[in-house]
Amino acid sequence: MTGEGEGEETPRNGSYEEWVDALAEGGFYLECGDGHGSLPPRRVCPECGYTDLAERALPGTGTVATFSEVHVAAPAFADETPYVTAVVDFGPVRLTGVLRDVSADEVAIGDSVAPDVEPDGPDGRPLVVFRPA
Amino acid sequence: MTGVRVAGVGLTPFGRHEGREGRDLFAEAALSALADAGVESGDVEHLNYGNFMGALAERQGHQAPLMVEAAGLRCPGTRYEEACASAGVAVREAVRAIRSGEADMLLAGGMERMTNLSTAEVTESLAVAADELFEVRAGVTFPGAYALMARAYFDRYGGDREDLAHVASKNHSNALNNEYAQYQREVTVEEVLDAPTVASPLGLFDACPITDGASALVLVSDEYAAEHDLDAPVSVAGTGQGGDRAALQDRADMALTPAATDAADEAYADAGITADDVEVAEVHDCFTIAEVAALESLGFYEPGEGIGAARRGETTRDGDLPVNLSGGLKAKGHPVGATGGSQLAEMTRILRGDHPNSDAVPDATVGLTHNAGGTVASAVVHVLEVAE
Repeated sequence: MTGEGEGEETPRNGSYEEWVDALAEGGFYLECGDGHGSLPPRRVCPECGYTDLAERALPGTGTVATFSEVHVAAPAFADETPYVTAVVDFGPVRLTGVLRDVSADEVAIGDSVAPDVEPDGPDGRPLVVFRPA
Repeated sequence: MTGVRVAGVGLTPFGRHEGREGRDLFAEAALSALADAGVESGDVEHLNYGNFMGALAERQGHQAPLMVEAAGLRCPGTRYEEACASAGVAVREAVRAIRSGEADMLLAGGMERMTNLSTAEVTESLAVAADELFEVRAGVTFPGAYALMARAYFDRYGGDREDLAHVASKNHSNALNNEYAQYQREVTVEEVLDAPTVASPLGLFDACPITDGASALVLVSDEYAAEHDLDAPVSVAGTGQGGDRAALQDRADMALTPAATDAADEAYADAGITADDVEVAEVHDCFTIAEVAALESLGFYEPGEGIGAARRGETTRDGDLPVNLSGGLKAKGHPVGATGGSQLAEMTRILRGDHPNSDAVPDATVGLTHNAGGTVASAVVHVLEVAE
């Protein structure tokens, strides 16, 4: 473990806000020396404990790993129903978000989608979204 | 190391308790457990209390001292929070305290009040158990998360909504004569399939209801039970806990729940048994797919085989391994912070022979309880045995 005693600060690798905002420009993830992917805020790789994490560009497209059409939502998302939640596989990391521009009937596991962010989502915060690609 | 006995169990009926405060619900369960045990409440050395969303539902944090007071105890208390596994953890820590020799008697259980909130508010409150940054902000609900798991399961291992409907129908059948169950009525496979969608592929009858309720157990050391000549035939022979990445997206296989496997492996080793020795189980079926994942994670079925268990009649009342004879979370109800304790209370009665469904397993001596938090980022497993 690195720390004050060694006169070295543990890298922090950004905040969630920086990460989600960056999705507008393609996005990034963090990679440890053993090649494990993770997302910020992150000081240590959750798979292996490696603390030297580097930013890597998120692949431009990912594939739908699973999805659900949500009909009963929390109050902030009530006006959005039904909406399609998807977990998308980008290789080193997976992301969860709302699938836009496609209905639940049209989507299938394995479909290719691109990530984006809607800066002012249903709850007033940035929302991770995916579009067919 | 001393053994641990379940000296007494208490439950409120599960369901809608309009106008009743949480402290009143827990007091009912606690007093019932103490009466069932036939012990002096003054001998209780600590309250291990499970609660998840009290700060949201009743604007009440710091609940343990309130519940000590409500139950008429004279001891400190600690609240355990591990989402839907809160009471399971509370029981596990009580077992560990007694085994360590630090205490001879603890009261363990939990309470949740939920029906005073709207469905949307409950949906929002339960979502707190998911990863706020990467799931909740992305619109993931609790049913939605299990729906993602169900779709991943179908894709990887096969099975369909009808298989899941058999799980719901089975558990409703089991609840018919359980006076503590929220829904004491049959639900047919067709009704499950025709119910409104909550989060595809899961419908309303794939989901447990919104429930108020409380559970309590009096746990004592073998020595205390012997010295006080308690009629406490059931022992907690094994306990185990497992953990996993909080967000579903970070799991290697979103159709599996390895935290439950870790918990079960620890509990089996602790009890000196294997999965094959379990004769009856209460598992955490907050959604129908959750029972399937539990059966596989606990070692009763290989991945991909558990989904047909209810349809094939293997986990029904008359099957080789009856699962959720209480009705499960699905039909008995799921007051989140009370559920783990209620599973042990039901299993204790099943093994003692005084449960309405004890006749389904008249000779059973080994039962298992499986309590899960979030999308099984936390799991607690207990093995109960009829002591020699």
